[in-house]
Amino acid sequence: MADETKGVSRRDLLKRAGLAGAALTIPAAPATPAGVEQAKPAAPAAAAPRREPIENLTPAEAELLEAICAHIIPSDANGPGAREARAAHYIGRALGGALKGSHDAYRAGLAAFDRYCQSSRRAPFLQLSERDQMSALIDVEIGAATGFTGGSGQFFAMVRTHTLQGTFGDPYYGGNANYVGWDLIGYPGIRLNVTAEDQRLGARLTPTHQSAYDNAMFTKASASARSATADKQARQEKPTAALGKSVARAD
Amino acid sequence: MPINLKPTDVVVVGLGAAGGVAVLPLAQAGIDVVGLEAGTWLTKKDFAPDELKFNVRDWPMAVQKAQQEVPTHRINATATTTRAAGHPMMNAVGGTTLHYWAQSWRLNPWDFKVVSETTKRYGASRIPKGSTVEDWPFGLDELEPYYDKVEYETGVSGQAGNIKGTIDTRGNIFEGIRTRAYPMPPLRSTGFIDLMTSAARGLGWHPFPGPASINSRPYQNRGACMYHGFCNKGGCHVDAKNGPHLTTIPRAQETGRLKVVTRAHVTSLDVDASGRMTGVTYVTDGQEFFQPAKVVLLAGYTYENTRLLLLSKSKAFPNGLSNNHGQVGRHYLSHAQGASVTALFPFNINAWYGLPAQGVAVDNFADDNFDHGGLDYIGGGNLWVMSDRRPISAAGMGTFGRTAMSWGSEWKAFIMKNADRTNTSYLQKTTLPYEDNFLDLDPVAKDPLGFPVCRITADYKDNERRVSEMAQQRMIEWYKAAGAIATQANPIGSMNVTTHAYGGTRMGRNPETNVVNEWGFSHEVPNLGVLGASVMGTSGARNPTLTVQALAWRTAEYLGKNWRTLTI
Repeated sequence: MADETKGVSRRDLLKRAGLAGAALTIPAAPATPAGVEQAKPAAPAAAAPRREPIENLTPAEAELLEAICAHIIPSDANGPGAREARAAHYIGRALGGALKGSHDAYRAGLAAFDRYCQSSRRAPFLQLSERDQMSALIDVEIGAATGFTGGSGQFFAMVRTHTLQGTFGDPYYGGNANYVGWDLIGYPGIRLNVTAEDQRLGARLTPTHQSAYDNAMFTKASASARSATADKQARQEKPTAALGKSVARAD
Repeated sequence: MPINLKPTDVVVVGLGAAGGVAVLPLAQAGIDVVGLEAGTWLTKKDFAPDELKFNVRDWPMAVQKAQQEVPTHRINATATTTRAAGHPMMNAVGGTTLHYWAQSWRLNPWDFKVVSETTKRYGASRIPKGSTVEDWPFGLDELEPYYDKVEYETGVSGQAGNIKGTIDTRGNIFEGIRTRAYPMPPLRSTGFIDLMTSAARGLGWHPFPGPASINSRPYQNRGACMYHGFCNKGGCHVDAKNGPHLTTIPRAQETGRLKVVTRAHVTSLDVDASGRMTGVTYVTDGQEFFQPAKVVLLAGYTYENTRLLLLSKSKAFPNGLSNNHGQVGRHYLSHAQGASVTALFPFNINAWYGLPAQGVAVDNFADDNFDHGGLDYIGGGNLWVMSDRRPISAAGMGTFGRTAMSWGSEWKAFIMKNADRTNTSYLQKTTLPYEDNFLDLDPVAKDPLGFPVCRITADYKDNERRVSEMAQQRMIEWYKAAGAIATQANPIGSMNVTTHAYGGTRMGRNPETNVVNEWGFSHEVPNLGVLGASVMGTSGARNPTLTVQALAWRTAEYLGKNWRTLTI
């Protein structure tokens, strides 16, 4: 059985999105469903000015990225999402380090996305209705949005991948704030010594709520994802690399 | 100009799974050894339980020599060439054993005699067309003492299934004869693994815990596995994973006979006018060094072994070292590691912890353990189910067609409910060598020193695809018997750069079809030995490392015993 979502048409997606839309809560325009107790959003109301900058992004880019992340993993009746996890903050920080190579793709993609919203729906993304935001994002996901270098689907896949990293990765890297990502999927956390009882079916494990680097024994990873050892090694290899000419193939 | 170093007896190129083991019998035989390693020493402090660093960002492979020489791949000689983003193997003292899954299998008897056993049982016509498969120059019985040696010297945990002909149903009833039990009991089971084990028994199969180069209890002054869940692509934080950097290399150093040189990037294997090895050239920090030696043991990974031989051209070997018969790079094969099955259960399976080596195997459909009389393929697959999951990959799970989208509220509700209800099996299948699957040098892509990288030309053939389909069907049956409500058969993928690569310097008695003889020494260069899966002519349906290590020990021991004749 193949991944069946691949065969789903755009109309089906919109239909499902529309149906699901009633239960959606987009923090940019909060609308808590009646009778459902909403998890406390970490961010203030949408009307408030932007509070906290995101590294390596302009305030406008940051706000747009955060809104996209919040659509990917919404804060809803089931609890907090990418916004509370601070996934966009993770991405911003990583754009200055391990994801440096994607910095241009973010800048260009976010700009292309707003242009696409303007041309197709006559307003920038943040001013669209919830439903229009969803449909615009679906266009991006399925590669139907125009004006993206390399296709809009590639941009969406990148943002989704990094949103998952920022929500479910180790809090050391700036996301998964207060372990909301790990709690969301029931991951009981870092345990350096797992017992037989911990691996029993039906075991009830208390989340440890610890980062890997709360354990002092480990060499800390730097923002560029290279530990001191590897950095040293990479530095020492530089003169070697300079010996010959690099002829990399474009494929 | 290269700096000429003091001559040594043996230079070993690469201190990974193969070279890292070979140095011990050499040193114990009183032979002086220089071990050249492109990487550095890493320790348990380098291996935090950090999915982003290791599984997502591929540290430390992403910053290493291997990364600069990722092989290219094309499915046939006329297809487009592509180059993968990264190399799955790593450079360090101990090599990829630092972050591998540590499954430590012996091959089964059939794997050594594919041609003769198939011919005897089903007729010669059953060898797939175009396959260049040969019987190994020896059977399992010849390698058994070396398997035993490595299991005890490095530490392998497991449950024996056949000690001197006595079958023990707690182990693999299909395994070949072994002389004694493993030095350690198997890694423990889990609730989910117990469930899968019962389901296999219910189907009439013979499940058993797999062997692992991991301490299930304290062994040789190091502690037992702590099952923390970051073994897969990560290293061990308690030194319970028994790579050569913790076992054979330090012991060889204690003899005073082994000198370890790190960050040594070997660029050529050098010969004199008569075609005998004189040593190897390597580069560190931009400086070239020449290490003279009486014997050279080439112990890089499969791609690098072929590449270094082809790069080492001389008057005696104009087409590359030991390649006057045109066999270097031939008989390449790699496991079909794709074609797995993913299952969804209607209850939490509590698989957040553990390791890829903590699991249950079924060998009923591997090798020739079942009648192939009415079938259109030979060989089979080992079915493996394990307890191994980390949160980012868990959240990235497929949704079995049960959500319209892969983001948003409906999807979020799905992963919240199901992140601990899914499991992906690991199915290793027989892969054969073929005339048109081979390695050579890429005509365009080069490493930063200007040397061509290895090029893989290979595709799975009908036999591999049929075996994969069969293994997936059996796996689906198994998951369903354990209560799975949905299953997904994943694609076989392509034969691009992989962790289970074999051939290129195949071992065999016939120099027309093999690069090294039955002892692992070149047919063309008497003082050149080759270690690694590059000498293996068949893959079996299980991980290669223990076989690689047993072969390395055997070649090194042979060198020690025949020192005079090999070095005149």
